[in-house]
Amino acid sequence: MASISDPQSQQDSFRLSMLLNDTRYRGLTFQFIALILIIFVMAYLGMNLVSNLATAGLTFSYDFLGDPAGYDINQALISYTSQSTHLRAAFVGVINTLLVALFGCITATIIGVTAGVLRLSKNWLVAKLMAVYVEAFRNVPVLIWILIIGTIVTISGANPRAFLTRGGSVEPESEMLFGAFAFTNRGFYSPAVNFGPGWIIVLLALIAGIVGAFLWRRHMRKTLYASGKLLPGWPTWIILIAPVVIAQLVLGSLSLSMPDVESNNFNIQGGTVIGKPFIALWLALSVYTGAFIAENVRAGIMAVSKGQTEAAAALGLRPRRVMNLVILPQALRVIIPPLISQYLNLTKNSSLAIAVGYADITATLGGITLNQTGKALECVLLLMLFYLVISLAISAIMNVYNASVALKER
Amino acid sequence: MSDTHAESVAYVRETFVGEQPPPAQETGALIWLRKNLFSNWFYSILTLLALYVIYVLLSGFLPWLLGGVWEASSIRECREIAGEGAAGGCFAVLSERWNQLLFGFSYPSEAYWRPTLALVLLAVAAAPVLFPKVPRALLIVTLIYPFAAYYLIWGGTILIAVMALLGVIVGYIVYSRLVDRGFALGFFAGVAAAIIVWQIGGFITAAAPNVLALTEIQSRDMGGFMLNLILGVVCVSLSLPIGIVLALGRQSSLPIIKWICVVFIEFIRGVPLITLLFVANVVLAYFLPPGTNFDLILRVIIMITMFASAYIAEVIRGGLAALPRGQYEGAESLGLDYAQSMRLIILPQALKISIPGIVNVAVGLFKDTTLVSIISMFDLVGMIRGPILASQDWNGVYWELYGFAAFLFFIVCYGISQYSQWLERQLATDHR
Repeated sequence: MASISDPQSQQDSFRLSMLLNDTRYRGLTFQFIALILIIFVMAYLGMNLVSNLATAGLTFSYDFLGDPAGYDINQALISYTSQSTHLRAAFVGVINTLLVALFGCITATIIGVTAGVLRLSKNWLVAKLMAVYVEAFRNVPVLIWILIIGTIVTISGANPRAFLTRGGSVEPESEMLFGAFAFTNRGFYSPAVNFGPGWIIVLLALIAGIVGAFLWRRHMRKTLYASGKLLPGWPTWIILIAPVVIAQLVLGSLSLSMPDVESNNFNIQGGTVIGKPFIALWLALSVYTGAFIAENVRAGIMAVSKGQTEAAAALGLRPRRVMNLVILPQALRVIIPPLISQYLNLTKNSSLAIAVGYADITATLGGITLNQTGKALECVLLLMLFYLVISLAISAIMNVYNASVALKER
Repeated sequence: MSDTHAESVAYVRETFVGEQPPPAQETGALIWLRKNLFSNWFYSILTLLALYVIYVLLSGFLPWLLGGVWEASSIRECREIAGEGAAGGCFAVLSERWNQLLFGFSYPSEAYWRPTLALVLLAVAAAPVLFPKVPRALLIVTLIYPFAAYYLIWGGTILIAVMALLGVIVGYIVYSRLVDRGFALGFFAGVAAAIIVWQIGGFITAAAPNVLALTEIQSRDMGGFMLNLILGVVCVSLSLPIGIVLALGRQSSLPIIKWICVVFIEFIRGVPLITLLFVANVVLAYFLPPGTNFDLILRVIIMITMFASAYIAEVIRGGLAALPRGQYEGAESLGLDYAQSMRLIILPQALKISIPGIVNVAVGLFKDTTLVSIISMFDLVGMIRGPILASQDWNGVYWELYGFAAFLFFIVCYGISQYSQWLERQLATDHR
């Protein structure tokens, strides 16, 4: 297509054919056509939607969120009964999703970093073992792993009665770990934390400690850059821990209530029970995502060339300083972006909770609520919106981070 | 050696000394062990720990695998054969439900040869695309394959497949005649020609529905691992061209087109696949004209294709961004217009860079096809969770079934990822 783009050779008057043949106008033409097409498609789908809803006698409204849900949820961190509204059920689901995603990200990072470093180890056997772990988990669908680990968790664990002492009269079949933890077929029993009066102050002390530790670090860096004097690092830990410990010792707001194996003859009383669905999903997501993180960590460490280590050593830095000041900053720049997208993947994969019966947002809002109310369109839209908000938030964080660590070029 | 030193140097060796074997203290199994496993106390502890882990894993796994029962009709019979407290697994479920695991429970058994043949042909058709050394003539098979596979798996008269192929060929001929006078003209004329041929073909097929007809099989009858393979192959192949268009759109300088592509890609990438499958299952029907009745597998293919194309678009965008700026400028300075420069200069290079990433997306997508079991389709995982584990005979045979599913997926995905690494090494030889 011979395009005429030289303005001098033509008279300036506008002709219709220029819309297609002149590169100055052609872009506008194509965009206009694309816009019309999009509007047309949207209108077509919208009209179909309206007529389909009318035929089925449905209306598009979110009123159902105020109705009582009428179903029970096995794990709810906020108070919830079957008489609560669908909206509250959805909130329970949101909290459960965020909970498993948060815990999953933490453990997946620990597993992944360990496996990634060990895979680079000079120990042949360990390196090969980690390679087997990574390949086994990366090449099998996450749903199958969730089902396998879900089955393992479901069939394991003793009956809670095995731990009971019946008022001290019976020798229990199994001892609780440290007298506080027990894995039973009803879930994992652990001590519960009671928030007594003044717990807000303890929380504030914790926050103050964290802020103080940051400030000390900054002070250390400023002194280092200003005078070349390296202040000791240990006060960081004291500033971090001391306020919260002192506040707790003075006020005594937080207390633990241990699972009680004596008072009841049928079940363990008190404490916190972490449900099996949560444990299954959490473990499965952690080991699955851990395999991917291990690969990212490995790639990041390998991306720092050996010359960097050698050059740092030649400057006279001690091995730990080499790691902290030279290798890690460069490796982290490579590791963190894919790491964050793995966190995102983990959060999205947590929507498979339904396979092990964990009540996340997909299982409550997209599962039972959808089936009970028949409001498919509304529920799925809301569900997508929730995940979209999380993803966009995480990518926003990632963009900020990327901008802060990007190589500063000229 | 040069002559100048011939007198002053007493002796100059003129041939290489052959390679000497390493000193005796540096070779042998024991040295290898010490270097690789026991070089210091920390590594020694790690090694012992690893040995223990391997022992625990194998001592559980090997008796289970080797002592397994392969011939029985139910789990009770299995346990009787194995005896009290035996460690062997009950693999009889695999032999008894073999066909169900592979083809689903309602695909007619006399037609099992058809998907099997389609799978074999897939290997032939994929070979020239995957391996540059395979003769180019096989590309004909690749071209015909989609139509042949449709004919084999879904059945019906062969005329449907022939007419569809004819439409593509006519469309391509028209396109190649007109592409010199502008890409857009050639493209739209080609599409129009293909649609005309398909319309005519529709009448012909309707008039002669029994020419070389295979028994027609509904998509809802497909299941098992075959369903995973169909979904994986169809969706990846369909999402490639869409992904390319989306990537180009996102790189485009036209704001509206760029904006549309960005919103689409970010939306799809921001939501989990399972919500898109919910859309396919319960929502998509609301957006289709009243009275249309797509079957579920088609709706699922649409949604998974959209999902995959967004991810592939991102991979290709990476490839486009990795190309040096000079390639774009070089194409422009040659006087090529946008379509020509993309088609002839940019895309061939960008796609080559993106191949490993595309393969990764394909592996991920193939694994994700198991998610259809959640919207109660009977793929491999759906078959296991539904009809097989729920049946009286095999209730409780978890490890054998899940292990088998994991094994099948592992073989395919590990194979593809090894291929991808091989390809990366092949591509790394040239200069970039």
